[in-house]
Amino acid sequence: MTDTSRPTPYSLAELVITAAAETWRHDGEVMATGIGPLPRLAAALAKTTFNPALQTTDGECFYTASPVPPGPATDTPPVIEGWSPYDRVFSALWGGKRHAMVAPVQMDRFGQTNISVIGDHARPKAAMLGARGFPGNSVHHPNSFFFANHTSRTFVAGEVDFVCSAGYNPARYLNGQPPRGLDLRLIVTDLAVLDFGGPGHAIQVRSLHPGVSFDQVQDNTGFPLHRLEHVATTSAPTAEQLALIRQLDPNNVRRTVFKGDPAGDRRTA
Amino acid sequence: MLDKRMTLDDIVDQLSDGMTIGIGGWATRRKPMALVRALLRSRLKDLTLVSYGGPDVGLLAAAGKLRRLVFAFVSLDHYPLDPHFRAARQEGLDVLELDEGMFHLGLRAAAMRVPFLPTHIGIGTDIIRQPAFRTVRSPYEDGEELVAVPALPLDAALLHVHRADALGNVLTLSPDPFFDELMARAAKRVFVTTEKLVPTPELDMANNARFNLCERALISGVAEAPFGAHPTSATPDYQLDLGHLKTYADSAASPEGWVDYRARFIDVGADHYLDAIGGAGRVAALPKPVY
Repeated sequence: MTDTSRPTPYSLAELVITAAAETWRHDGEVMATGIGPLPRLAAALAKTTFNPALQTTDGECFYTASPVPPGPATDTPPVIEGWSPYDRVFSALWGGKRHAMVAPVQMDRFGQTNISVIGDHARPKAAMLGARGFPGNSVHHPNSFFFANHTSRTFVAGEVDFVCSAGYNPARYLNGQPPRGLDLRLIVTDLAVLDFGGPGHAIQVRSLHPGVSFDQVQDNTGFPLHRLEHVATTSAPTAEQLALIRQLDPNNVRRTVFKGDPAGDRRTA
Repeated sequence: MLDKRMTLDDIVDQLSDGMTIGIGGWATRRKPMALVRALLRSRLKDLTLVSYGGPDVGLLAAAGKLRRLVFAFVSLDHYPLDPHFRAARQEGLDVLELDEGMFHLGLRAAAMRVPFLPTHIGIGTDIIRQPAFRTVRSPYEDGEELVAVPALPLDAALLHVHRADALGNVLTLSPDPFFDELMARAAKRVFVTTEKLVPTPELDMANNARFNLCERALISGVAEAPFGAHPTSATPDYQLDLGHLKTYADSAASPEGWVDYRARFIDVGADHYLDAIGGAGRVAALPKPVY
């Protein structure tokens, strides 16, 4: 689990990729969808290391034998291994054989998320994308999350402005129990790795990124986090993982996610 | 002999104020944009638009054509938030917001002539707190409470295809057919624009059967519109035009910007549109976008 003695320097983006890849470790043969460069690279890392059974797409409608790098295409076109038009994406996800890592705008203490509007739904202060497939995803297959900016504006007090994906909120259950496919896994942010392992699925800090304190995470979260007696430090990427990430991201798109591409170990920053 | 050939304006003449219209394609892919521009030039108003939204939504909203929007997202992909759509939404455009898969079920219900289809989608979210939604209890032993997705019947569906004959036999050659077949089955009448109108044998249907969207009995009219999906893509014929999408998005920055966009690309008319965007050669040479 720990490799913190290793001196190889790594970026925050590389730490996030390595930590996020863990979410697919025990999934077996499912569709791994990572939205945005870091979740996508995390799925790619999981597929090329500990879970080769994962299926990933080219971002359009084909499954590829090996992960497609984000950014401009490389000289060798990917080997196509299957077809994934939108109709089939829905059919597959309703059956549960998918695990997505998505990047919502807001999350609340129930794990409910929002990508639709800021403010009132009828007359929003800021209109965003719309709910997309979030409602269906959230009640049919496992979901994990990435937030590039862990602040109390993203992890909000109360409920998110418009609940696009279901969470562990009994007030919204239809059948007196959580929706049958609801399975929220990991939350990876620029500060920490969190999960839903607290009492009643409360969000807890699973590990702190090197140089980040629990109080710093709590101060940037709009609701109380469950605190474990001992909070681990997020494992640094190994030299092997860093070499693989470089191969999976030849265009170095990961460098553009966090402003200034900061170091992953902020004790040395 | 059956002949369903029409012009873009003939198709517009078949539509009327207050109709519920489905527009095919997905975001920046295979949208019947030449027809959307013809709608903007017409007097039609108070439309309810049902769309997996791309620039069709923002254009119709900016031109004041919409009374209501039924959608799950509006996206220009590389410019994820369409400023024309945002402006309309923030000014209070009436909407029914759906999950993408729920959208599909609503069209399927209309196609099946049933009032709803049951699903788990929406449980636990604000989607089902919109007034359009009801729940339904399973009549079987499980007794489960489910979301009843209301049918989304369309007065007309507008689709863009790659090849068609005069009878309305159609082919969509792009790798993803999206939900155009369901749109067609949910609609009272279906009008298609096509990259190329060809004699039936040239459809080579024996080899292209998997690209045949639906049977011709569903199709009411066919208009030839080369590059008719621009600025969205109609792969393999041509890719989306990122530069033009940026021009379109930037035109929301000021009222003058929109007036200018409208004059250059909408009011110019279908015959001069291709010149306005730099000619057929430029569109045919657009690079494949990076996702």
